[in-house]
Parts: sequence; C-alpha cells; structure tokens
Amino acid sequence: MNTPSTRRLVLETVVAWLALVLALAFPFAMRAIDAEFYISVASRIGIYAIAATSLNLLLGYGGLVSFGHAAFFGLGAYCVGVPIAEGFANGWLGFGLAMGVAGAAALAIGAISLRTRGVYFIMITLAFAQMLYYLANSIKAYGGDEGLNISRRSDFGFGLDLKDDTTFYFVVLTLLAAVLIGLRRLVASRFGRAIQAIRDDDVRAESIGYPTFRFKLLLFVIAGAVGGLAGALMVNQQNYVNPNLLYWTQSGTLMIMVILGGVGTVWGGLIGAAVLLILEETLSAYTVHWQFYVGWILLIVVLFAPRGLAGLLVRPRRSD
Amino acid sequence: MAPAPTPEPLLEIRDLVKRFGALAATDRLSLTVRRGEVHALIGPNGAGKTSLIAQIAGTLSADAGRIVFQGRDITRLAAHRRVRRGLVRSFQITRLFTRFSVIENVALAVQARSGSSLSFWRPVAGERALREEALAVLDLVGLADRAETPCGQLPHGEQRSLEVALALATRPALLLLDEPLAGTGPQESERMVTLIQRLSQQVTILLVEHDVDAVFRLADTVSVLVAGRVIASGPPDLVRRDPEVLIAYLGTESAAQGEGAR
Repeated sequence: MNTPSTRRLVLETVVAWLALVLALAFPFAMRAIDAEFYISVASRIGIYAIAATSLNLLLGYGGLVSFGHAAFFGLGAYCVGVPIAEGFANGWLGFGLAMGVAGAAALAIGAISLRTRGVYFIMITLAFAQMLYYLANSIKAYGGDEGLNISRRSDFGFGLDLKDDTTFYFVVLTLLAAVLIGLRRLVASRFGRAIQAIRDDDVRAESIGYPTFRFKLLLFVIAGAVGGLAGALMVNQQNYVNPNLLYWTQSGTLMIMVILGGVGTVWGGLIGAAVLLILEETLSAYTVHWQFYVGWILLIVVLFAPRGLAGLLVRPRRSD
Repeated sequence: MAPAPTPEPLLEIRDLVKRFGALAATDRLSLTVRRGEVHALIGPNGAGKTSLIAQIAGTLSADAGRIVFQGRDITRLAAHRRVRRGLVRSFQITRLFTRFSVIENVALAVQARSGSSLSFWRPVAGERALREEALAVLDLVGLADRAETPCGQLPHGEQRSLEVALALATRPALLLLDEPLAGTGPQESERMVTLIQRLSQQVTILLVEHDVDAVFRLADTVSVLVAGRVIASGPPDLVRRDPEVLIAYLGTESAAQGEGAR
C-alpha cells in the first residue's frame, strides 16, 4: 500500500465525517441562536452544490466544457413546477420527471453537441440552453417571462413536509451526500477510469477499444439528470419557477462555482457553491458591486490554485 | 524466430483509395498480411504510411476499396470495434494516459476488453484479475518493476514499450506498430527489436519503420510503399534487390553501399 495516498484517504474521510456532523448540527444551532434564516441559505448552498457537482463531473472528469448546464437545472425546475401548478404535487413523480426529462434532454443535446469539440462544443451547449430559455419565456400558460408561482411543495408522503425549513434542509443534505458519495464511487469505478482516459486522449482511448462517443454521451446524461434533480429542489426552495433558471448566466454561475471549488475534485462543487453563495450573501450586504470583488477572488484562485480551493485542502490524486 | 508464415491471409487490403484534395495518399493500394508473419512496411516520407495505418485502424475512412480482416469486411467498421475484433495499433508519437500510473494505463486497456466498463460503483483498484493481467502484460514488455510509476516519469524508451503494452493488453490478432523505434537511442532501440521478436511468436505484426536495418532483421515480408502504392512486396532479400525499389526508395547508390557493408 502506498502510504501517502492512504494518509490522504484517512484525512479526507475524517474531514468528510466532520463536515457531516457539523452539517447535521447546523439547523439546531441556528435555531438556538434564532438565526433560522441561515437554514434556508444553507439549503440553497446544498442545491447549488448538487448542480455544480454534476457540472464538475462533465468539466473535471469528462473534460467536457458544457456552457449550458442551466438547461438541465431549469428543466428539472419546470418538471416539478408545472405539474404542481396543474395539481400534481406528488414528489416522487415530480422529481422522477425532473431527472428523466433532464436526462432525456441531455441525451438529445449531447448526441448533437458531442460531435463537436473545444469552442464549438461550448457554443453549441450554450445555444441549446438559450433555446430552452426562450422557449420557457414564450410559454404563457406557465407564466412566460414572469415565471410561475408554486403554491404547494412536492409531496413525498411519510410525513415529510418540505415547507418546513429544517426538513427541507435535511432532504437537500441527504441528496447532496448521495451525489457526493456517488461521484466519489463513480470516479474510481471502471466507467470513471474510462471516462478520464477519454478526457486525457480520446483517440488513444478509442484505439484500445473504448466507444468514446457513447461513453461521453452517457456521462452527459448522468450529469444532466443530476442537474435536473437540483432544479427540482430549487422549485421547492423558492416556490417559484422562472426562465432565468435556464439563462446562460446561471450556467456561468455554476461554472464559476466549479472553477472556484476545484475542477476535477470530488469536493469542488460543494466548496465552490458554498464560497460563492456566502460571498454573495456577505458582500452584497455592503455593496451592490459584490461581483467585482468575486471577480478578483476568482482571478486569484485561477492564477494561484489551478485545482481550486479543494485542491489546496486535499492534494491532488493522480487518478481521481 | 517467428513461426513459418502460413498462406492464410489475416488482413487483406484491396484497391484502397484515400484522397486529400488532389493528392492520393493511398492510391489503389493492395496488401496482404499473412497470419503469423512480421510484415514490414517501408517507404520514403510522404509515401502514405501514416494514412494507411490510420485507415487500417479505422481512425481515417477510406474513399474506396476494401479492408478484410479475418475474413470479414471491416472497411466501414468503427475503430473501437476493430480493436474488439483483434486489430490494434500503437502510435508513432507516444500517447499514454499521463495522469495514470504504468499499471493503470495497461489496466485501462485490459478493462476495455474484459467485462463491461459500465460499472459505476465498484472501485476498479480492487479488481485483482484486472491488476494481475495488467502485470502479466507489463512483465512481457519488461516493465513489471515500473508498475506503480506515474507513466510521465518513464524514460522515453520505456514509454515506447508501454505504448506497445497498451496495444498488447487488448489481446490482438494483428498488432500495427507505427514506428516503434522512433526517437529511441541505440540501446533502447535494441531492446525494442528484441521485444518485437519476442512478440512475433504470439501475434502477427504489421510494422511501419524507418530504421531499415531493424526492418531487415525483423521482417518475414517487406512491402515498399511509394506514392500511395505498394511497388514491391516479398521476402527481405528479394525486395532488397528489386530494381524498382532501389531506384524509387533506397536510392541506387546508398543501396549499393548497404550491399557492400553486408
């Protein structure tokens, strides 16, 4: 056994458990000090963390710079929002639909855009997301550009009331943990290895027998479905669906989170989402130009920590 | 030495054509590789060797003609499917997965062949069978003691061996070696020649190589490619004396010198 990597693994496990304990205690602590507002801030971070993590799977492990990830996020949101507006609040249905439709959209978008590379891939994914944005804008029955207010939350039975901030927080936390563990496992699995090999050199990967296009497409579908899950949660958080969830700036925000947190690191999406949203929360209290300062921070991270903040905490592992 | 080549063709190329604009990189080219032989392909720069290898491997599609491998037409088959059928190539410029260790590189190639890669949960590092098979391949090319080294840290010669190991791990019936001696020093070159000789006992090899000395030592059959066509094909000694070859490729003077040296 290779000792430095074992030590790193132990360290990472300890940090993960510590983070989990803190996350479990968080809502109770906030209630104790009458700062319940922060529970919903934390839920928001969790939702963005799921979305950013799914983008990181594409960006960091697949080498696919998708600039249209908001498409899946927004589709997921509409797939929960529209049925609720029509009176179908079943959460299993809504969330299942969100992941299914987002995954199917990823299949269609990926089947076309994965035939291109580099800048063209970035532009074509962006174009698809923008098409969906304008589509959502034009559907007046569901609010058009004004969006759609949702009176109810998704109903999962078992007495789970998503209206309750603490309950919702724990639902988000559970799903986030599942996504992070899933990513951790995927990256070290056969498929994860293959997809990273394809990222590094797809011609070489094909020449040892990998169907590179299909593997990339499958990765795109997985990432899209998880993006849809984040969107489904988002509706329940803000009681509101609007086309802005699909707008390209949303894709940009997710990308900034990934870069800030660490491209190709398991924790990158979570760290990036937390840092960006906390910065937004604190800086915007002082200035409306908070994005100016975030820009500087992003610049510093990109220049001095190419593997993001996660890369500073956990030294990079070669095959991970 | 290699086993005596049997007449059965493993790979048959008939009237293959590939044009880039006005230039015919492959010009109604026909070539037969028999099972069990080491078949060397030589030719001056720009003769179309690289295009031919790419067409055989499936990364470049031919404009016309047929490629038949093990009795089946593979002319339109995707590259990764050809690998599954036992036709695999190595690259002239070393292309390895540099973020992975030596054994992980080979395990990737083993994984592509054995079992499904659509496994998303089980850590691949825990798969003993994969590891053992990768180690066996590394042993074959003499890199077993380098298994855990990050492959970027290998010296050039060993990277060339690893390049071959990757191809070998797919258990090919036909191994296309694209200039395996490119950029190697005399010692490394000797090592590679020995390796190819050893491999030739297990697998048919189609070898593209600039080093004419190595070619004449290794090959059972030599084909000479000039301007996209095979102008001569046969045992090394015959090809060496072929007047057309002397004029078109070796250049009569240098060929005469080569004869004198031997």
